[in-house]
Amino acid sequence: MSEPLLALTGVHTHIGPYHILHGVDLVVPRGEVTLLLGRNGAGKSTTLRTIMGLWRASKGRLTFDGRDITTLTTPEIAECNIAYVPENMGIFADLTVRENMLLAARNAANEKQIDTQRLDWIFGLFPAVQKFWNHPAGKLSGGQKQMLAVARAIVEPRELLIVDEPSKGLAPSIINNMINAFAELKATGVSILLVEQNFNFAQKIGDTVAVMDNGVVVHSGSMQALTQDAALQRSLLGLAI
Amino acid sequence: MNNSDFDWKPVALVPLLALLVFPLIGSGSTWLTLTVAGLAMGLIIFVIASGLTLVFGLMDVLNFGHGLFIALGAFVATTVLGSMSDWTQSDELWRNLVAVLPAMLVAMLVAGAVGLAFERFIVKPVYGQHLKQILITMGGMIIGEELIKVVWGPQQIALPLPEAMRGVVLIGDAAIEKYRIMAVIVGLVVFGALVWTLNKTKIGLLIRAGVQDREMVESLGYRIRRLFIGVFVVGSALAGLGGVMWGLYQQSVTPQMGAQVNVLIFIVIIIGGLGSTAGALIGALLVGLMANYTGYLAPKVALFSNIALMAAILLWRPQGVYPVANR
Repeated sequence: MSEPLLALTGVHTHIGPYHILHGVDLVVPRGEVTLLLGRNGAGKSTTLRTIMGLWRASKGRLTFDGRDITTLTTPEIAECNIAYVPENMGIFADLTVRENMLLAARNAANEKQIDTQRLDWIFGLFPAVQKFWNHPAGKLSGGQKQMLAVARAIVEPRELLIVDEPSKGLAPSIINNMINAFAELKATGVSILLVEQNFNFAQKIGDTVAVMDNGVVVHSGSMQALTQDAALQRSLLGLAI
Repeated sequence: MNNSDFDWKPVALVPLLALLVFPLIGSGSTWLTLTVAGLAMGLIIFVIASGLTLVFGLMDVLNFGHGLFIALGAFVATTVLGSMSDWTQSDELWRNLVAVLPAMLVAMLVAGAVGLAFERFIVKPVYGQHLKQILITMGGMIIGEELIKVVWGPQQIALPLPEAMRGVVLIGDAAIEKYRIMAVIVGLVVFGALVWTLNKTKIGLLIRAGVQDREMVESLGYRIRRLFIGVFVVGSALAGLGGVMWGLYQQSVTPQMGAQVNVLIFIVIIIGGLGSTAGALIGALLVGLMANYTGYLAPKVALFSNIALMAAILLWRPQGVYPVANR
């Protein structure tokens, strides 16, 4: 097995006086879709924020592509070719859709320098992004904002895409769009780490899965094994996935 | 943004205020004089406040020391203009401008350089700690004022208008001071430059995004602290420019002038919505007009009137006229 793209080893995170992560061990294999599941408050979002350096790991080690990123700042981690979509989507509401996309294109000084071929591909995945190109992002619906958030994350090629709850509050048709988008991204070689509460969504796209509870990973393995093992599902569903 | 998406109601407040006081003033020429004076004062305040509102918006930094850069700019101008008296005493406008423009540039450079040191040594250690920010930036301003006294002395220094900028232009019966027209032009140029930078450049886009959600800007791979330092320096330089304009407006400078203007600029950025440049412009114009109208109609309530204006606007829009999304 090749070296994982991202690995967390014994990661602890404190937020103020609260000890949230209690030694998380997690690997994200290259070119696969990894699902991080767990009940509310299990520490999934904190794990993603710790990966991005938004909260510092107080103990443990994070490596990306063999490089230790434990003490890097958030911009330095993003420059490692990691794209992140937070749970609140992080849309700049006062900016237009176009401006949101331009901002995410670090290598483009203006709209003309955005890779048009890639932009056309994104428009194909998320037509709403093209339709509302010059509209304020704050006026988009929740589903459209989620599409914009993912579109923004992939406006330039990234090695790892991290998305916190991509299906949250989305209509079924939009969820299907999102699943297709992740499948296409995976086909281009992008590794994906998703936090998800919707198991139906998760099992359609996941290659590997990790389940968290109380700030630690309590199960990890292939998604196929989980979907085929009713007893394991029951035990994990007992964690109220 | 489409024009249809723009919220014009706050913009309408400016002509509305001007029209509402017209019957109270009675004389059309007096009203016009006061209105132009108010707009000039408002645009000078805007030049000063624009940097402060972005500094707060980007990093949540409450810089109560902003007034220092105003005073510094004005004092630097007294030195530069004092050394160019041949040019300022000429009655040819171009010769006056040859003196005033370098004075403005040097004031901006000095205020910007001191702003850089202020950010590195005074503001940086207290990121994220509002109470300490208030205390230490006020302390920094007090020390700065004392240093100004050391260099220029504690007394008031005259900053007379260059010869060709004195006097009035008559529009009908209304006497409009020439310098106020110039202040309006400079203020509009600064506003235009800021709008262009914020809307047409990637740096401007980053500033606007950072004001809304700095964490997300960092997650996209941008170093927002570097951006903040740049904004702080430019904001300090603009305060220095505003100080020159304010000093020429008052025709004198004192080491305490920054602290006095501080009150007005905080009213302006609160009215505008913290972090909003367009809001700061509306707030500054309203404050400038209100100060001039009440100064004429009821001088005893001039300062109170601006606080009342702020209270009224916050009752209408508690986050200011143009609240910044995500804040």
